[in-house]
Amino acid sequence: MTPHPVLVARDVSIRFGGVKALTDVSFEVRPGELFSIIGPNGAGKTSLLNCISGRYRPTAGSISLGGRDITHLKPNKRAAIGIGRTFQNLALFGHMSVLDNIMVGRHHLLKNNFLTGPLYWLSGARNEELAHRREVEHIIDFLEIEAVRHATAGTLSYGLRKRVELARAMALKPKLLLLDEPMAGMNLEEKEDMARYILDLNEEWGITIVMIEHDMGVVMDISHRVMVLDFGRKIADGLPAEIMENAYVKKAYLGEDLPDLEEDAAA
Amino acid sequence: MDFHLLFQLSMNGLIVGTLYGVVGMCFVLIYKASQIVNFAQGEFLLIGAWVCWWLLTKYQLPFVWGFLATLVFMMVFGFLLQVIVLRPMIGEPVISVIMMTIGLSIFFQALMKWIFGVLPQPYPPVFSVKSVDIFGLQVQTVYLMAMAVSLVIMIGFAWFFKMSRMGLAMRATSFDQQVAQSLGISVRQVFALSWAISAMVSAVAGVVVGVVNGVSSALSFFGIKVFPAVILGGLDSIVGSVLGGLIIGVLENWAQFADSQYLKWGNLYEIAPFYVLIVILMIKPYGLFGKRDIERV
Repeated sequence: MTPHPVLVARDVSIRFGGVKALTDVSFEVRPGELFSIIGPNGAGKTSLLNCISGRYRPTAGSISLGGRDITHLKPNKRAAIGIGRTFQNLALFGHMSVLDNIMVGRHHLLKNNFLTGPLYWLSGARNEELAHRREVEHIIDFLEIEAVRHATAGTLSYGLRKRVELARAMALKPKLLLLDEPMAGMNLEEKEDMARYILDLNEEWGITIVMIEHDMGVVMDISHRVMVLDFGRKIADGLPAEIMENAYVKKAYLGEDLPDLEEDAAA
Repeated sequence: MDFHLLFQLSMNGLIVGTLYGVVGMCFVLIYKASQIVNFAQGEFLLIGAWVCWWLLTKYQLPFVWGFLATLVFMMVFGFLLQVIVLRPMIGEPVISVIMMTIGLSIFFQALMKWIFGVLPQPYPPVFSVKSVDIFGLQVQTVYLMAMAVSLVIMIGFAWFFKMSRMGLAMRATSFDQQVAQSLGISVRQVFALSWAISAMVSAVAGVVVGVVNGVSSALSFFGIKVFPAVILGGLDSIVGSVLGGLIIGVLENWAQFADSQYLKWGNLYEIAPFYVLIVILMIKPYGLFGKRDIERV
């Protein structure tokens, strides 16, 4: 018996004016899974991720997390119940230090407010902050960004910024982590590092991950299951090996031409 | 050269400069959280001063209680202003919101004239000793109080932004609202809080100036005078706004000195800060402490 899925999307559709970005996409992500979404540019991958994180509201369909319907929940509430994400185009707070960037991720976990905060030593705000700093150090340690802890985020190299963004999403203590092209624009070495972090996150930290990625090598290597989108429709989902054999994917990614492709894709 | 006058004016400049600094911080607070340039900042002073005056004269409250009640009122006022008027504007272009603050400024000025009349009103005497003697200079007691309160506020602000959880949330929100939201920050809460604090702290300056000069709609001119101060310091820098406030405060008093002793042009006191504004915008548009965009080469 398969365990209850963490994330369930039912017939999610979204349209912007006349453009249908997503049409009736349904899928499930099981606990502890590393689930990848692939598809050509403009297939609706990021729109789907935005629907899950709350940046977009689907025009139709529903999304639920751990059995709870979150279709109409505000994005900040979704973060509070355990959805963390990174962005395709880096979205760090460029003028803040790496440490501050990561601490923002702890926002919903910190309890001190503007009454207890000033009573730093009395109200326990100090202990609270220390505990959270320890947690943040743990994350910094894990992603090997100790050296740039106090650097201003905007001055770092691209690969490092991607890592800091991952650290910030991890600081939320997410149950579900959404990664939007975590390896885009990286060189081979950086990609390998990132793939290792993602695997460790999934296996050691037990975080369920939904990832959009274009590098087929990495996707097929580390994913448990893969879903293919095109023109806002789900084409297929399954084990990496099955997806590799899928006629449509062969055409799109491996350049093999098949005569009966249109029927296959529609099926 | 009349050194005594120069010192007296410099002292005045420093004190008024602290008040500019405080109002400047409120201005920067709103700008930092929401990128909105608030043209109604001066009206916050005006409303605060009138409300406090009303409590003191009509209900004969002791100054301390009237002052505290005013602060509470202004906090609620700022919060409601954000919730009712500005919240529906979230997601609209910032320039529309800025236009709206100009409208609010005109509206509140008219409203205050309607309620309290157009004549300047003096505050009842607040301190038994009107002024004290410091190194041979006469300093009004209320100014000393203002200095003390301002210092507390400034330290509070610095702590708030650097250390507190909401301060960090505010900085994050000013950078990118959607990203902040995806990290669990309630953007609405951040905005409401920034307006509430800004209105409340501005009222402190309003009351102080009211006690010294009496309350009249001229008070809202303070909100315009703060522009040179914050532009000089850098629109998004708390430290900059304080320093800019001090510099502008001293500078306008020196201008007064030069004017009254030598130039005899008249009114240089009012105009000097705006010359500074123009010069600053030409040579250092980000101000002394403002953030530039980080460019990677």
